[in-house]
Amino acid sequence: MIRLHDVSKEYPRSGVALSGVTFEVRKGEFVFLTGPSGSGKSTILKFLYMDDKPTTGKVWVNGVGSDTAKGREISQLRRRIGIVFQDFRLLEDRTAEANVRFALEVTGAPKASIRSKVSRVLTQVGLSSKATSYPRELSGGEQQRVAIARALINDPFVLIADEPTGNLDERATRGVFQLLRDVNAAGTAVVMATHDLDLVRRSSYRTIELNHGRLVFDSAEAGRPRPPGGFAEIEEGDEQPPESAGY
Amino acid sequence: MLAAREALTASRRAPLLSVLSVVTIAFSLFAFGLFGLAAINIREALEQVEQRVEVRGFVAQGTEIESVAAAIKDIGEFPEVARVDYVSEEQALERARREMGEFADVFESGVLPASIEVHLRPGMRTPDNVKSVAVRMRTYLFIDDVRYGEEWVEKLYRLRNIATVAGIALGLAFAAVAVIIIGATIRMAVLARAEEISIMRLVGATDMFIRLPFLLDGLVKGTIGGLLALLFTWLAHRTVNEYFLKTVFFDRELVFLGIVGGAVLGVLGSLVSVGRHLRRI
Repeated sequence: MIRLHDVSKEYPRSGVALSGVTFEVRKGEFVFLTGPSGSGKSTILKFLYMDDKPTTGKVWVNGVGSDTAKGREISQLRRRIGIVFQDFRLLEDRTAEANVRFALEVTGAPKASIRSKVSRVLTQVGLSSKATSYPRELSGGEQQRVAIARALINDPFVLIADEPTGNLDERATRGVFQLLRDVNAAGTAVVMATHDLDLVRRSSYRTIELNHGRLVFDSAEAGRPRPPGGFAEIEEGDEQPPESAGY
Repeated sequence: MLAAREALTASRRAPLLSVLSVVTIAFSLFAFGLFGLAAINIREALEQVEQRVEVRGFVAQGTEIESVAAAIKDIGEFPEVARVDYVSEEQALERARREMGEFADVFESGVLPASIEVHLRPGMRTPDNVKSVAVRMRTYLFIDDVRYGEEWVEKLYRLRNIATVAGIALGLAFAAVAVIIIGATIRMAVLARAEEISIMRLVGATDMFIRLPFLLDGLVKGTIGGLLALLFTWLAHRTVNEYFLKTVFFDRELVFLGIVGGAVLGVLGSLVSVGRHLRRI
C-alpha cells in the first residue's frame, strides 16, 4: 500500500534531510514515526501525500509513484488520504461542519450525500453537538477532532498525522489518540509522527525511529511482535468515549 | 456554483481588500483611459488639420471650361483623390473677401485666377502622394501653377508620425503599469487566502478548482473596475468640455473594449497570481 525504497532527500540550503530510508506500510497498519526534531519525520509524511518528492529513491502510495505523479493524479490520491496536522489547519471563518464539508465539496461530491456524510463523521469524532461552532469556540482537542473528521470524510485508506497531539494537553491527547485507534480499528491505516514517547510506549504499534534522516529502528524488523490486526489496547482508564470527551 | 460561492465568501471576508482591489483596478484603467482620451483627441485634431491638405492648380486665364471639366474628370480618377472642386474667378474673389474681410477693398474683379482644388482621401495625404498628384496636375498645359504647401504637409506628416509612435509607446507603458498594479493587487488577495489554498490542495482540490473562484473574482473586480474607470474618464471628459475645450469621447466600440479589457486584465491578473502561488507551494 505504501512503500519507500532507498529514499533520500537533500535540500539546497539545509542539506540532507533523509538518507536511504526503506520501509513499507501495509493495509490497515498503525505505524508510529518517531525521532527528534529535524530527523525527517515530516519529510516522510510529505512524501506520502506527495507534497514533496525524494531527491533519489522512490515512494509508492496506493500504486502512485513519486517519480511520475502529477497534478490531477496527486489530487485524486489526496482524496483517498486523510491528513492531520499539529496546528489543525482549520479555516477560522467556517464552522466545524463547514470545515468538514469543504473537503467533500472540493472533490465535487453530490450535494445530496454531503449533509449525511458530514453529520456521520462529526458524530464519529464526538462533535455532533458542536457542528455549528467556529474553531475559535472549540478547545484544542475539539479542533483536532474537527481536523480528523475532515480527514475521514472521504473514507481514506490511510490517515497521515503529523504530531496530532503536539498542541494538546494530556487529557486531550488521550482522547485524540483513542480516536485514531478507533479509525485504525475500522480498517484505515494510520501513519503518525510523534514526539510523545509515552504514547508510543503505552501501545504496541509498529514504531519506526529516525535520527539525522536515517531509519535507525523499525520494530517490525527488530522482531518485536506486531499486534494482530494492527490494533492494541491501551491501559484501562485511558479510553474516552468520543462524545463525552469534551476536550 | 461552488466557485462563485467561494469567491463571494472571500469578498465578504475581506471587504476592504475587495474594495481596494476594485479601486486600484479602476484608477489604473482610469489613467489608461485618460491617456486614451488624450490620444484620440490629438488624433481627431490632426485628422481635422489633415482634411485641409489640398492641392490647388491655378487655371490660366481664358481656358475653355470644357478642357477644365475634362481635367477635373481625369484628376478625380486618381486613386489618391477623394474630391475635385472647381473654383471660378468670381468664387475665388468671393472667398478671399469673406476670409480676409479687412482687405475686402483691395480685391478687384479679375485679380484672382480660377483654380482646381483637389482633396485627397484619408490615409493618402502623405507628402509623397501630395507631391505625386501635384506633378501629374502640372502636366496639364492650362494649369499655370500648382501649390500644396509642401513644407506644411511634411511637418504635419512628421507630427502625425511622432504622435503615433509616442501614442503606442505611452499606451504600452500605461497598459504595462496597469497590468503590474492589477497583478499586485490580485496577488494580495491570493496571499490573504494562502492558508485556504494550502488546505484545498491537501484535501485533493485540483488546481483548476482552486483557480476558478479567483478567476471569477478577477472577472468581477476587473469588470467593475473597468466600469468605474469609464465613469471617471467620462466625468473628466465632461469637465474638460465644460471648462476648457471641446473634446470627443470614446465611441461605443472603444467603451465596450475598455470594459472587456478590464475584465480580461482581472482574469489574467488572477490567473498569473494564482498560478505563481500554486507553483510555489
